[in-house]
Amino acid sequence: MPATEASAVIPRRAARRVACDHCELPVPQGLIDEGADHQFCCGACRVAYQVIHASGLDRYYAIREAAGVRGRAAPGSGDHAEFDDPAFLGVYATDGPDGIWRIDLRVENLHCAACLWLLERVPEVMPGVREARVAFGASRLTIAWDQAAAPLSSIARFIASLGYPVHPIRGRALDDLRRREDRAALVRIGVAGALAGNTMLVALALYAGVFSGMEPQFRLLFRGVSMVLAFASLLGPGLVFFRGAAAALRTRTLNMDVPIAIGLAVGGVWGAINVVRQTGEVYFDTVTILVFLLLVGRWVQTRQQRKAADAVELLHALTPRTAIVVDGDGTERTVPVGAVTVGQTVRVPAGGVVPADGAIVRGTSSIDESMLTGESRPVAAREGRAVFAGTTNLASPIDIVVSASGAETRAAAIMRLVEDAAANRAPIVRLADRVAARFVAMILALAGVTLVIWLRIDPSRAVDHAASLLIVTCPCALALATPLAVSAAIGRAAARGILIKGGDPLEALSKPGVIVLDKTGTITEGRMDIVRWIGPDRLRADVAAIEREAVHPIAAAFVRGAGPGPIPFASDVRVMPGAGVEGRIGRREIVACSIDCALDRFGVLPPAIDAGARAALDAALTPIVIAEDGVPVALAAIGDPIRADAAASIAHLRRRGWDVRILSGDHPRVVAAVACAVGVDGALARGGATPEEKLESVRILAGERAVVMVGDGVNDAAALAAATVGIAVHGGAEASLAAADVFVSTPGLAPIVALVDGARRTIGVIHRNALASLGYNAICIGLAMGGMISPLVAAVLMPISSLTVVMISAKSRVFPEDAP
Amino acid sequence: VSVLYFLLPLALVIAAVAVGAFVWAVRRGQYDDTDSPPMRAILDDDPVRTRGENPRR
Repeated sequence: MPATEASAVIPRRAARRVACDHCELPVPQGLIDEGADHQFCCGACRVAYQVIHASGLDRYYAIREAAGVRGRAAPGSGDHAEFDDPAFLGVYATDGPDGIWRIDLRVENLHCAACLWLLERVPEVMPGVREARVAFGASRLTIAWDQAAAPLSSIARFIASLGYPVHPIRGRALDDLRRREDRAALVRIGVAGALAGNTMLVALALYAGVFSGMEPQFRLLFRGVSMVLAFASLLGPGLVFFRGAAAALRTRTLNMDVPIAIGLAVGGVWGAINVVRQTGEVYFDTVTILVFLLLVGRWVQTRQQRKAADAVELLHALTPRTAIVVDGDGTERTVPVGAVTVGQTVRVPAGGVVPADGAIVRGTSSIDESMLTGESRPVAAREGRAVFAGTTNLASPIDIVVSASGAETRAAAIMRLVEDAAANRAPIVRLADRVAARFVAMILALAGVTLVIWLRIDPSRAVDHAASLLIVTCPCALALATPLAVSAAIGRAAARGILIKGGDPLEALSKPGVIVLDKTGTITEGRMDIVRWIGPDRLRADVAAIEREAVHPIAAAFVRGAGPGPIPFASDVRVMPGAGVEGRIGRREIVACSIDCALDRFGVLPPAIDAGARAALDAALTPIVIAEDGVPVALAAIGDPIRADAAASIAHLRRRGWDVRILSGDHPRVVAAVACAVGVDGALARGGATPEEKLESVRILAGERAVVMVGDGVNDAAALAAATVGIAVHGGAEASLAAADVFVSTPGLAPIVALVDGARRTIGVIHRNALASLGYNAICIGLAMGGMISPLVAAVLMPISSLTVVMISAKSRVFPEDAP
Repeated sequence: VSVLYFLLPLALVIAAVAVGAFVWAVRRGQYDDTDSPPMRAILDDDPVRTRGENPRR
């Protein structure tokens, strides 16, 4: 196999486009090693390839090729030391006999059969691992292992090095509950299907008897048997509809279960009466098929929603759940976040998430608190300053003494606010339930009319006709209309990276209301960048060269904004804390510093730069003056840039009739500047809001009409939960993911526009479905009132109407593949 | 045609056995994951080459 592999690479190399041997993505020019047998696009791919090769698992590549899927390597990071912690194992794993542990892990990057093959071969290449089973749909890997022979951390490291980072699964109890629910639903469908099929076979004999005659004793036998089967269906799997209807009636509301229950009950009871008195019609075949189809419809919707919820859950699992505790003697150890206790010293690396509330005891850094406060500019943090769990340490490592951990932290307090908000949110009155209420009134009235009319014409058949009307108008197609359209929409949206947790958000989004946008991370990128640049472009790379030596978000902005060319080499770099950076590029001396520092050093600034600095301050940006050889020549305005699609998306939403508002925790001046830039009236943009104030604002708005809240941070989570629909956007915090109804996994506001438009189209499909099924019901009502309905007519019409609904839902393209 | 009195219940008993088998399969978790087994079926028999057999090392 190595020979064929090499020959496959050569032609591509000749074209100067080399594909990585592991992930098949193009290898960057600088990394092509002409002499080597294998080419890799990155270190992670090289490691993954070497591990796979050394383990004798090369067949992975052949299987992958057969499956036609590209691999993707994500560098497996961390040493997973916390996986061996007894506290960790106690929470996530179960201990079996003979010291064999079992654990369920979420796996990233599962693509195809080859990934499954590779992961299930782990026991063969790692002694100590007894079993590895992949559940592909759920991205779950179940491992049984001997902790003494192979610590879990080593297994996790090995799997991560193959390119599949693993994470513990929280909420195992919930998983078990879901599994039981899924199984119960499947059993119900199976039983209902078998009963429906057998009832139809019996009904077929009865229909044959209608046309060719049948001895009364056999007629009674068939009717009796189908009655037994129908009652088994109604009282077994069909009980859920009666329970649903009873629950609705108890709360004095009407839902779709009520007309279904009426139809089913009348069909069962009236049929039984007719069997006993040996006259009249029986509709047992229609009744059992109804139960079966309705259960299938619900199952489809539940499955689709479960998939979206699972995908969001997978994202939850990705957030780091460990902390580095520094013991008294200076040794570091990695522990699960839950094991951190008050008084311990915790080290937070640069770029790490602070695991607990506390005060800094060593180190100086800047902290990104935007997740908690919405403040887009990082705050300087010195010894003694309080830091909070969930914020990000940007610049350099710090040690903190923990003052609160777990449920006592500020972040946990906000989470409790989220739970409270979620529990008290206004329920959405579903379209289906609104229709159901009118529907029940209508069919009961029509049944009454039928009874009265037929009492005058032929009293002996009056009850028969009224009962048949109630049975044949049982809104099967209507009840299927919503679940099918919703699950089709959720599936299509998921393919576009929009994860919707249920049907209710789609309904709420279909009609324009108030949409409240968070600023940091939603309208803006949520990171520092060069927003404006006045001066010669050639200096950008030079400034990047000296700023590269400094670890600071503003420095990072310069490095990102260096431009296309190479960054030169800088020497004699000196960082002036809180002021700027200076250094040499060849013989030139470059200084990049704040306005105050520039005024100190250079006295008066040139008019262009001075005006630019004022404009930048007015726009709530941070101006940085760049001087070359002691002369100020350029100005960079640093800020959180507004997303490219923000203004257009907001304009689009407004054209659709939405009332767009901004609600941010950032400084009011920054918020006003952003609102102005994206075309939102300053009066509708509010800044400086705490999480509690955000919640309050959304609650007040939600008292009047439907409110859609879009946000990403922990500080938005409570507001997301309280809103009619909460939408968490790309890169959002764990808390916001948990609180939101919808998660948008691609950056920018354009997906939100797609979501709103898709929701509108989905509701359109539901309306069309409802019309089709109501049309069928109108025909049935006409026939029943005229006394022309028969079980055979009902048995033919009912599947036709359901099929129509299925076709309309399946053909709908509510979320087009291309961007709107 | 009085054989119907025997055949009809028999047919129902056979249907009940089938339903019973289905319920048993669901309870055993056979339907919990319907994505992985089709992949596994075509791959299960491929043995892993151990390091020693690998011609490249």
